[in-house]
Amino acid sequence: MKKIYSRIEEIAGNVITVTAEDVRYSELALVTSGHGKSLAEVIRLRGNKVSLQVYSGGRGISTGDEVQFLGRPMQVSFSDNLLGRIFDGSGRPRDKGPTLEENLIEIGGPSVNPSKRIIPRNMIRTGIPMIDLFNTLVESQKLPIFSVSGEPYNELLSRIAMQAEVDLIILGGMGLKYDDFLFFRDTLEKGGAMDRTIFFVHTASDPVVECLMVPDISLAVAEKFALQGKRVLVLLTDMTNFADSLKEIAITMEQVPSNRGYPGDLYSQLAARYEKAVDFEGAGSITTLGVTTMPGDDVTHPVPDNTGYITEGQYYLRGGRIEPFGSLSRLKQMVNDTTRADHRGLMDGMIRLYANYKESVEKKSMGFRMSEWDQKLLRYGAFFEAKMMDLTVNIPLEEALDLGWEILAECFQSDETGLQSKLLDQFWPRKSTRDEQETA
Amino acid sequence: MTKTTGTVFGVNGNMVTVDVEGDVSLNEVGYINVGDQKLKSEVIRIRGKQAEMQVFEQTGGIGVGDTVEFSGEMLAVELGPGLLGQVYDGLQNPLPQLAEQAGFFLKRGLYLDAIDKERSWEFTPKLEAGATVSAGDTIGTVPEGIFDHRIMVPFNISGEWTIKKLAPKGSYKVADTICQIEDEKGTTQDLNMIFEWPVKRAISLFEERYKPTEPMVTKVRMIDTFFPVARGGTYCIPGPFGAGKTVLQQITSRHAEVDIVIVAACGERAGEVVETLQEFPELTDPRTGRTLMERTVIICNTSSMPVASREASVYTAVTIAEYYRQMGLNVLLLADSTSRWAQAMREMSGRLEEIPGEEAFPAYLESVIASFYERAGVVRLKDGSFGSVTIGGTVSPAGGNFEEPVTQATLKVVGAFHGLSRERSDARKYPAIHPLESWSKYPSAINDELVAYCRDILLRGNEVSQMMKVVGEEGTSLEDFVLYQKSEFLDSAYMQQNSFDPVDGSVTIERQRHIFRILFDVLASEFDLHDKDNARSYFNQLRQIYLDYNTSEWESDAFKSREAELVKLIDEKRTGYDSTAEDIRNRVGSTVG
Ligand SMILES: Nc1ncnc2c1ncn2[C@@H]1O[C@H](COP(=O)(O)OP(=O)(O)OP(=O)(O)O)[C@@H](O)[C@H]1O
Ligand SMILES: [Mg+2]
Repeated sequence: MKKIYSRIEEIAGNVITVTAEDVRYSELALVTSGHGKSLAEVIRLRGNKVSLQVYSGGRGISTGDEVQFLGRPMQVSFSDNLLGRIFDGSGRPRDKGPTLEENLIEIGGPSVNPSKRIIPRNMIRTGIPMIDLFNTLVESQKLPIFSVSGEPYNELLSRIAMQAEVDLIILGGMGLKYDDFLFFRDTLEKGGAMDRTIFFVHTASDPVVECLMVPDISLAVAEKFALQGKRVLVLLTDMTNFADSLKEIAITMEQVPSNRGYPGDLYSQLAARYEKAVDFEGAGSITTLGVTTMPGDDVTHPVPDNTGYITEGQYYLRGGRIEPFGSLSRLKQMVNDTTRADHRGLMDGMIRLYANYKESVEKKSMGFRMSEWDQKLLRYGAFFEAKMMDLTVNIPLEEALDLGWEILAECFQSDETGLQSKLLDQFWPRKSTRDEQETA
Repeated sequence: MTKTTGTVFGVNGNMVTVDVEGDVSLNEVGYINVGDQKLKSEVIRIRGKQAEMQVFEQTGGIGVGDTVEFSGEMLAVELGPGLLGQVYDGLQNPLPQLAEQAGFFLKRGLYLDAIDKERSWEFTPKLEAGATVSAGDTIGTVPEGIFDHRIMVPFNISGEWTIKKLAPKGSYKVADTICQIEDEKGTTQDLNMIFEWPVKRAISLFEERYKPTEPMVTKVRMIDTFFPVARGGTYCIPGPFGAGKTVLQQITSRHAEVDIVIVAACGERAGEVVETLQEFPELTDPRTGRTLMERTVIICNTSSMPVASREASVYTAVTIAEYYRQMGLNVLLLADSTSRWAQAMREMSGRLEEIPGEEAFPAYLESVIASFYERAGVVRLKDGSFGSVTIGGTVSPAGGNFEEPVTQATLKVVGAFHGLSRERSDARKYPAIHPLESWSKYPSAINDELVAYCRDILLRGNEVSQMMKVVGEEGTSLEDFVLYQKSEFLDSAYMQQNSFDPVDGSVTIERQRHIFRILFDVLASEFDLHDKDNARSYFNQLRQIYLDYNTSEWESDAFKSREAELVKLIDEKRTGYDSTAEDIRNRVGSTVG
């Protein structure tokens, strides 16, 4: 047992400093104060001065409190006993279940050797046409939902989770509102998915340092399950809260901020988490869906901006719909050539026409004359928004493709669509029976 | 001589402060002993008896008092035959071999030989005993892929030496002694086929450096025709996320007309490198008939790998590029993204508590970027042959705004600027290079006057388009409307290019010159068009045929018949020729390039 230190020399924010010997970087310590016990992590060593970040925060810690070093870095228990359980950011139970201490694994482990990665190849079906058809989600992808607060991003996240054919769901909540936490729990329970779900939840009222642990702890567990052959879906909501916690610690540590108060290593910090998404050859995979709320609906804000540079695309949620513009799945081309022959062509064609529709809308709003072509586009746009973009639509990809052709045929002549003749010959809907009767 | 040692005094992120006993130098490599691991580190500041070191690994577990061994050497790469086709991390560790030893994950403190010591090479001597040599002189060659890999006198040997013994033609391993040299004082030295060179020092064993003028063909029309890159030149691709920087570099790495491509994946996604990694061994290089991998070296230090080795990775890449230039080869270095490298410097500068500049980047950012691009160049070597290193770097500006330190510092030193625009990529206009903002100081493979004429059409057409947004089509004259249609035609038929189309994806310079004539004819002709609908449908027709023309195999029947269709369609409506264009044509004649 290591020596106990009972003299804290400095307390600033969530960071305390003690004089101690034989301490290692990133090592954990147990801080015992009048308010209970908390873990703390060594974040700076200088001679015998040791600075630690206290998970439960610096508030209420007194200079006379005890610090005991544990001789090990942060760990989490890993076993099937995690399934169906709810934990906080440092791995303590939030439900009524027992504390788990068997088979401890380290968190924040090394990254996958790039030469061991494989090219992603499996589509994840969600039943949402704006995803399946236009921005296909792929197993092992890392992809955030960009939105302003108030949008139904958690609903979208839980819906994808329920619908996706994965073996395991890990929900990492950061600064999660308690109501949202209950919403996730109830949805998964109702859907019968609780027994294949693990929660690591930091709520808005929990200490900020624990928020920082959530992605690492979630991903460490996900990685172990993936290595056992499980296809794991990790949901991280809201990564902007994670970034804000980083900012808070950086400021306490008097680091020079780079952009709007965020530390210079924000990119690397976010990347270290998102890059955990992987498909292991011969084993399972990790797919990561995040939520990144955009302060002030500003996509150039450092958090969405750095995220966009890291992830493999993004879904823009605005007005309760996934926007066709700005949304991007960078991996879609890896899978949409083998789904159905018309997938790529229809995807590009419909988006092109939707872009034309937007131009017509703009022209109209400026009072310019609407040509016959504009009229057709306006009709098309309305159909597209109601039948494809509406998030309540829930149909398999094949039906969504058929629906796409129907919408086109409803609005245009085939040669107005700009689609390849080969596709039109094969997929353009034949006239309905009623039309045929009329001609007859 | 005993090596300098030290003990750890402090740890802050990936920076470790060490109490040193003995002499150390800046950029010297040292190893921190943690348990049974040795963690590679580099000295980045010395203050009194303390050295600050950046650790090329995660620092968890390091404790005060841990011992440090200094190597006496600066951070260096190993140079010799066997580099081509390799996949290295930022410190030149071969990643596939690491995987063989450590499995799925990278393992801290595991460092492997960069060059295979077991492989044999067919050595052919080029000199004889008694010859006088100095650093960089070729003593023999070994075949590496399609190249004659020059076995050279190590670059760090100074003065004149005489060859005492030279191995006869035969099969040798890289570490076998193949040569013995002796200096005036009678000191002898054994040479094998490999040596080390410090990455942060430029290799400058050439006679003369030239101004880059010869085009480096990328087979991207917009680049080669409008914003060309010269062999030995430098260029940058800044752009917001998702605008197409990586895709542009990937296609360049495939199609560029150079001997060797060094891909430096610096702090970006691992998944993107995997595509290159897995596809290149399958793709044939049309110039050589061999796989693309045989002309490629990949330096891969992706975003979740240690930040300090990310900083080193661009230097590792450029040093290998310079090494092959010494063999009279044309080398292209593609770095994606230089912003991540700059950020690695920023992180370290912050830990050193240096006075921060704009956006917390260090004050020396500009000079470091400048001296990196300065390592490009076309040179004449001692034996009279020419070699070049061309550098293209992507820049990832915060918020997509080019008014930021890395973009600005880069723009000051490069010879061409391919700025990607969010509007163009949103509209799926690829490559999303902004045609009005981008520039190049290098000569185009197509006559400059003709190119300037086209750019003028683009500029004026854009003005019309801006006007039209205010006054509508109704308020625009037919003449202006036709000008607008011409600029749209230039953009959609020539500048945009489908990277994923087997034919359109890469266009030889010969073909570019050929199809440019037709483009110029369209832009320079006066047409008999009676109203705007007529004009719109005429240009739509032209565009449709030109797009089919672009996807038809070069000189195939389809290609010829599309061309005939275009010529016919132009002739039918042509009433005359714009007088400025006429002047240029008379001066230039039929030579487009
Ligand atoms: N020339 C192109 N042709 C077709 N699609 C393209 C082209 N360039 C880019 N794209 C599309 O845009 C996506 C993003 O491109 P890319 O990865 O090159 O962006 P980037 O600028 O490197 O972004 P980041 O800064 O985030 O790395 C690609 O996955 C592809 O779908
Ligand atoms: Mg990129």
